[in-house]
Amino acid sequence: MIVFDDVSKFYGEILGVNRVNLQIAPGITSLVGPNGAGKSTLMNLMTGLLRPSRGHVTILEIPTDQPEQLFRKLGYCTQFDSFPRGLTGEEFIRSFLLVHGIERKKAKELTQVALERVSLVEAGNRKMAAYSKGMRQRIRLAQAIAHQPEVMILDEPLNGLDPMVRAETIALFRKLAAEGLHLIISSHILHEVDMMSDRVILLNNGYVVAEGNVHGVRDEMQEHPMQILIRCDKPAKLAARVFDKDHVVEARLHDDRLGLFVKTRDADRFYLLLNAVVAEGEINIESIAPVDDDLSAVYQYLIGSEGSS
Amino acid sequence: MSSSTIDAKPAKTVNQPLPWSLWWRQIRAIFRLEIEKNFLSRRSILLYLLALIPIGPLVLLAPFTPPGNEWQDFAQYNMIFAIYYGGLILRTVVFFGCAWIFMNLFRGDMIDRSLHFYFLSPVRREVLVAGKYLSGLVTSIILFTGTTIVAMLLLYLPHFPAESSRYFLDGQGLGQLLTYAGITVLACIGYGAFFLVVGLFFRNPIIPAIVLYGWEWLNFLMPPLLKKISVIHYLQSLTPVPVSEGPFAVVAEPTPAWIAVPSLILVTALVLIIASRRIRHMEIRYGGD
Repeated sequence: MIVFDDVSKFYGEILGVNRVNLQIAPGITSLVGPNGAGKSTLMNLMTGLLRPSRGHVTILEIPTDQPEQLFRKLGYCTQFDSFPRGLTGEEFIRSFLLVHGIERKKAKELTQVALERVSLVEAGNRKMAAYSKGMRQRIRLAQAIAHQPEVMILDEPLNGLDPMVRAETIALFRKLAAEGLHLIISSHILHEVDMMSDRVILLNNGYVVAEGNVHGVRDEMQEHPMQILIRCDKPAKLAARVFDKDHVVEARLHDDRLGLFVKTRDADRFYLLLNAVVAEGEINIESIAPVDDDLSAVYQYLIGSEGSS
Repeated sequence: MSSSTIDAKPAKTVNQPLPWSLWWRQIRAIFRLEIEKNFLSRRSILLYLLALIPIGPLVLLAPFTPPGNEWQDFAQYNMIFAIYYGGLILRTVVFFGCAWIFMNLFRGDMIDRSLHFYFLSPVRREVLVAGKYLSGLVTSIILFTGTTIVAMLLLYLPHFPAESSRYFLDGQGLGQLLTYAGITVLACIGYGAFFLVVGLFFRNPIIPAIVLYGWEWLNFLMPPLLKKISVIHYLQSLTPVPVSEGPFAVVAEPTPAWIAVPSLILVTALVLIIASRRIRHMEIRYGGD
């Protein structure tokens, strides 16, 4: 478990993050928020690169000011696009495994495994100065996972990757999460976050504005009724049927007049109502789909459009 | 929506034997990475040029043997080298060379934005300081002790080869050579620790380096007590050939070697402890959200 206990970080008088209380379980947790929301600050606090101005952070019960224990279990792929000069990708990973204190032979083996995991075996012998942005991103990822940590913190790990490698990388994250690892990922690409995350932490202006499973977060947002699109043969009739229910706040015909948008404060009761309508047999319902039960909608409602991508 | 607060106070540490073999492996790994950087990076070209500065004039003068037999007893050579060593090699080349090497150990990594790779490894920060300091020390000792030895040999050997060979093999020459080399090693130890700390505490370490440079040069004008708060005083006390510091110099008793050497090493150890404490609480802030 990763635990933030009333953590605040100030840079002088500027707020980094404020009063963060979190418990993060294994699986993929995504940090989402606009630039300056505090995502990287939160990640740097988790890895001890920053010290909290207040509160404690522990990773698997290890305080973050004990690097010699912490980084046996934690790997951090930062956003900093820089490397020690003059090294090949393979030397880079191996050298830092040796800095971990791992024996030479074992370090060589682990290096190969890490390079294989990010599909960089062939480029491993080339100087990193000659790498493309995507390759540099992957070699950083390889370095972060090389010592086989239990917790991985990945700051915008999909930046600069082409679609094929993105898909491979997401598959790798899912595999690692399935093995029981904690993966904390920050990303701006909401649909990718939606696709791969078990839970999200939404940040804005240094505050955690929501956390948990996306659907759970959406369910709790009572001030924004759930929007559902029902495709059917008689949308006007369906509108008349549902509109008198107290939990339905809006019913609007689709432009093609073959569907109905409904806003409801209680999606469960609405679905029960639809069951009854189907059972009556008067209206043929083709499909039912929530329109704003995803991360983009949650982000839009909680944070607004300033940082959405 | 946030979770309830739970007790996340740091776990109590259990007394365990110190992992010396692990630390030693880590120091070796850090040393290897750093030594490669010190000798093979583009930055090291400046260092090589600096180390060659005292050699250049001696190479140019090598074909010109001074007239007169009085030079053959080497007393003048000894005095010339003592002045050349104290003024150019020790106070300038070794001083600025150490400043360049040791200030860049951490500051250089911060400028390159690569220090976090060390900070994200399971390494005690003290071990990191030790590994980096050792790499700087070995680099500076190889370069500047080399400069000292080559400069001394170049001053003597080309002019009276037979006499010089005897002087170095059977006479006082070898003793002097080793003493100067030893002083250079001590200078690297002392200045190195100082500049390592300066690189950690100051965003622009050039200013404290220039202040120290001035302090070391003006040392001869200072009262005896202040003289002792410098590196150069202890190093000068060890030189085999005393050099007059001019009519304005405040004369002070040289510190005996048995005090000068341990004092320098003790002060160096204290400075390294300060560096370790600093690095232990250091944050990486070269990037934002």
